[in-house]
Amino acid sequence: MNPVGWLLALVQALLYIALAPLLAGWVRKVKARLQNRRGASLWQPYQDLYKLFAKEARMAHTASILFRAAPYIVFVATWLAAAAVPLLTSDLATAAIADVIVIAGLLALARFFLALAGMDVGTAFGGMGASREMFVSALAEPAMLMAVFTLAMTAHSTNLSAVVDYQLAGANLLRPSYVFALAGLLLVAIAETGRIPVDNPTTHLELTMIHEAMILEYSGRHLALMEWAAQLKLLLYGVLIANVFFPWGIARDVGAGALGLALVVLLGKLMLLGVVLAVSETVLAKMRLFRAPAFLNLALLLALLGLLSYVILEVGA
Amino acid sequence: MTMSFSLQLAGGAVVLALLSALVSFFTAGARRFMAMPLFALAGLVALVAGAGALIAGGVATAELPLGLPWLPWQVRLDALSGFFLCVVGVVSFAVGLYAPGYLRGFEHGNDSLRALGGFTGLFLAGMLLVILADDAFMFMVAWELMSLSSYFLVVWHHDHAANRRAAFLYLLMAHVGGLSILLGYGVLASFGGGFTFEAMRGAELSFTWASVAFVLAFVGFGMKAGLVPLHVWLPEAHPVAPSHISALMSGVMLKVAVYGFIRFVFDLVGDVHWQWGVAVLIIGSVSALMGVLYALMQHDLKRLLAYHSVENIGIIFIGLGLALLFLAEGHTVIGTVAFVAALYHTINHALFKGLLFLGAGAILHSANERDLEKMGGLLRRMPWTGLFFLIGCISISALPPFNGFVSEWLTFQAALQAWQLDSGVLRSIVPIVAAVLALTGALAAACFVKVYGVAFLGQARSRAVRRARPVPLSMRVGQGILALLCLLLGVLPTAFIDLFNTVPQQLLGHGLRQATAHGWLWLTPISAQTASYGAPLVAISLFAVLVLGLWLFGRGIRRVRLCDAWDCGFAPPGSSMQYTASAFAQPIRRVFGLLFHMDDGVEPQEDGRLRHRLQVGDRSWDLFYTPVARTVERASRQVVRLQSGNIRIYLGWTLGTLLVLLWLMV
Amino acid sequence: MSLEQLPMLQQLMLVLAAMVLFTSFVLLEQARLLAAIHAFAWQGVLVALVTAIVASSSEHLHLFFSAALTLGLKALLIPWMLHRLVRRLELDRHREPLRRPALVIMAALALVIFSYWAVVPVVQQELLFTRNIVAVSLAVVLIGLLMMVIRTQAVAQVLGFMSMENGLFLAAVSATGGMPLVVELGVAFDVLVAMVLFGVFFFQIRESIDSLDVDRMNRLTEHVEEKS
Repeated sequence: MNPVGWLLALVQALLYIALAPLLAGWVRKVKARLQNRRGASLWQPYQDLYKLFAKEARMAHTASILFRAAPYIVFVATWLAAAAVPLLTSDLATAAIADVIVIAGLLALARFFLALAGMDVGTAFGGMGASREMFVSALAEPAMLMAVFTLAMTAHSTNLSAVVDYQLAGANLLRPSYVFALAGLLLVAIAETGRIPVDNPTTHLELTMIHEAMILEYSGRHLALMEWAAQLKLLLYGVLIANVFFPWGIARDVGAGALGLALVVLLGKLMLLGVVLAVSETVLAKMRLFRAPAFLNLALLLALLGLLSYVILEVGA
Repeated sequence: MTMSFSLQLAGGAVVLALLSALVSFFTAGARRFMAMPLFALAGLVALVAGAGALIAGGVATAELPLGLPWLPWQVRLDALSGFFLCVVGVVSFAVGLYAPGYLRGFEHGNDSLRALGGFTGLFLAGMLLVILADDAFMFMVAWELMSLSSYFLVVWHHDHAANRRAAFLYLLMAHVGGLSILLGYGVLASFGGGFTFEAMRGAELSFTWASVAFVLAFVGFGMKAGLVPLHVWLPEAHPVAPSHISALMSGVMLKVAVYGFIRFVFDLVGDVHWQWGVAVLIIGSVSALMGVLYALMQHDLKRLLAYHSVENIGIIFIGLGLALLFLAEGHTVIGTVAFVAALYHTINHALFKGLLFLGAGAILHSANERDLEKMGGLLRRMPWTGLFFLIGCISISALPPFNGFVSEWLTFQAALQAWQLDSGVLRSIVPIVAAVLALTGALAAACFVKVYGVAFLGQARSRAVRRARPVPLSMRVGQGILALLCLLLGVLPTAFIDLFNTVPQQLLGHGLRQATAHGWLWLTPISAQTASYGAPLVAISLFAVLVLGLWLFGRGIRRVRLCDAWDCGFAPPGSSMQYTASAFAQPIRRVFGLLFHMDDGVEPQEDGRLRHRLQVGDRSWDLFYTPVARTVERASRQVVRLQSGNIRIYLGWTLGTLLVLLWLMV
Repeated sequence: MSLEQLPMLQQLMLVLAAMVLFTSFVLLEQARLLAAIHAFAWQGVLVALVTAIVASSSEHLHLFFSAALTLGLKALLIPWMLHRLVRRLELDRHREPLRRPALVIMAALALVIFSYWAVVPVVQQELLFTRNIVAVSLAVVLIGLLMMVIRTQAVAQVLGFMSMENGLFLAAVSATGGMPLVVELGVAFDVLVAMVLFGVFFFQIRESIDSLDVDRMNRLTEHVEEKS
């Protein structure tokens, strides 16, 4: 692999960090407009992060060293996972390091430490959040893996770059399996990024929290890292869906023009996905925790049907 | 190092293990503490012998002047035996280092340290001999030595009736399993014309007889390995043994059963059939899922770990099932990937399960507590154990960059090649198994968040735990070695797969060269185009970015102001307000409630306070064992009718039997 | 045969067939009657679309007519009738969640695999493309039957029955280019009559035993014995 490829991979990775708050801001903005509010500026998440980084960090007496290390681990693991998802070009050097199963593994690593951090201080809410997060993700992770396995079996590769290339080569095919995989992955993305109807990122009622309950005790730069990691995860799922299922526009050679076009197209796709998310969050109400399994079972069912319809309808003989 | 020298070394390891048993049985006082270093040395020698066999890649045989007159004991060392010698050796070595410190805690008890050390040595010798055996007779003798000595280890804390019951259950199941294995060998021997493995390899079996032999071996070895529904002895027996023995039993003895299965099916029987693959896949998936779900319901730490052994054995068997399936369908490369995945998970599980049991032992040693609900905050009391235990938790939850992830990744890669199969039904079953595997991994992560969060984080829930002391250095070293190996096997999978490569090469006739063809950085089991995992790069970048982050925000590292917990402004949290292990698992308990035998309710006590009662039982008892027990009882009641008390009727039976036998002879 | 060689319309047909299967699953799991009726209506729409595609790619022009008939009958008329029925019977708030949803779904998935396994040797090799759709249709039929087995609500059982009919129709259309028009008309008429009869029966049953739970009809036999 050439140095330009690695440089490009680094640029893409940095772009992820830079874009993540923007997507969160966009979703918030659209949601506000849908609710007839003007909403905060698109750049508000950046300002929040800046402010949090400048603030002093506090920590409970009862917290251990893990509490301080966790934000860094969570952020780095999420970021590495994101760096392996093709953003602008499918010719991504880092995609060979981490295929889609590794990405899922890195996200799971981040979640593992997030949940542990929630339990570290020894408060009731933290433990509750950790328990719920692991519960939801235990059901969501198989669905996610099944959905991406459908893609991987079709493309004969778990490498996301290869999957995107394969998609571009046969872009005009209608695959029943992809319809299901996409639907399943959308549901998983909602659950995993803690959006309505599974979790509510803006809730102020502790008893309904999942993600927020785990990071209740964080402040200052620790909190900023945790929030940023969550935004990064949202972006990761957005890009995964946008670039794998709708790969059009992604740069196939490393020219400035193609990359610029890819960026514009990508932003367009993400804006569209953001609108879809905002609309669904506006029209849906948060579910009770014990309705979530039904939601996630639907995701798993869709993903499994995707696999079966690949096996039955597409492979043929 | 040549093969024959490795074989001699392996023999030396057996002798050392026996010596450690002798020292423990027949010496007293301070000299008895020589037993454990000898034990560790035996483990180390076995490890070296195994590694030598893996590197040399040949076959060495020898004949011992023991055994029956017409059947002297045959020993044989090949790559497969070498691999399992490594597995046994490395965990035994760590246990040998750990044990002296741990045993000091028992010095003032009533139980005999002499018996404990002695049977531990015999146990190791038995396991090593099973792996080296080259004829069915020696195999069974060594197998029984292993089973019986471990029975005595389980029953060592014999003053509790429950322990004796668990040990008896173990003995019973071990013998039913042993019988099944014996019958399996019997089938092979009758077709092959001899009890040596060499003769059995040449046996020409029809599909039916081969399947009979397979089922017998699967039941027998599966019982020892703890596959659902034959696993019930495992969560009873493993926790009651002393912790270093639990580490040996869960980490190593189950692997010896896996060895037996591989030796029997892949080596002795040879031609495999896809139906077997499907059977192994289904049983393996059920074991993996049920194991992890039952583990989630436990709050006794050692019992929880024992159930996780059921889960991991299930994962190993999923790998073996995939290997059988693909090999039978003629996809040698993918079959080899699945086989290597199973082997890799075998050694991984030995490492992290050994590590976790040693960690549980450390907690038991310094806080005398096995119940998760009474732990808490141990990370600050015993930081080293806390760190090593965390590594064990991450490894067993199959998270990168540790070792559990590598083997699970390889299994997924094999399963994802299902599209190459010809049969549509098989094509659809394999991905469903992959889904079960994914669910298992996610649930395992949930379970270990529970374990670590409740035991090591938060605040202590009992006085003994609040005063826990760090464990002595030797115990820390024992854990540290295993933790380091967990990391190494996770970061450098290519090096280890290169090392294990001789096993499939000898056994299946096909190595996995392409897996490491792109240099040590890239693991590419099928081809670089299909999938690649740069484990060292993931680990390095995780580490590098972490350091960078700490450096960037490093100016603030010391500037964390301590304060009371916020907890949304409620009263300062006490230790009893923390989430408990049962509460943590409650959502999962509710969703999968169907699979448990649950007794959940609130009952008033005499003093008017309410008490929550929760008992989660194993469904396989009422689904499987109770009917079996009832049938046996009914059958025995029929037999009772024969016993009328009249001597002439007994004599009549004797006469009848004699006539039948004579008739059969003619 | 690979997907790349198929014309676009046939690819679309595969997608639609897969979605028919999905609606079967939704029907199976749906706790609310009204939502289940909607799922059934969507299934009708999808089957009608498949029929229309087959019609446009073959010379069987009468298939256009069957497509329209399917749309009118299965997607509009019968759902509307059922809707009215449910409202009249005041069952629109009725929820009947499955007791063991995961088990039922697993059974249904097993049925899908089974029907694939069963169809493969039966249908000729030349018909690879339709064979797969026949497998899906058989799965729809079997899931409809499964739904009738596990549901205790009479209206839900009717839905299962109707979706079985959808599966049969899908198989007929995709495998042989549709049945003769006369047969199709006859079947459609039968379904309609069955629907009307069901409606009448529901009221009767409801009046006599005050419930539509079929499990409670077990007792009818006992009543007879008592009287005799």
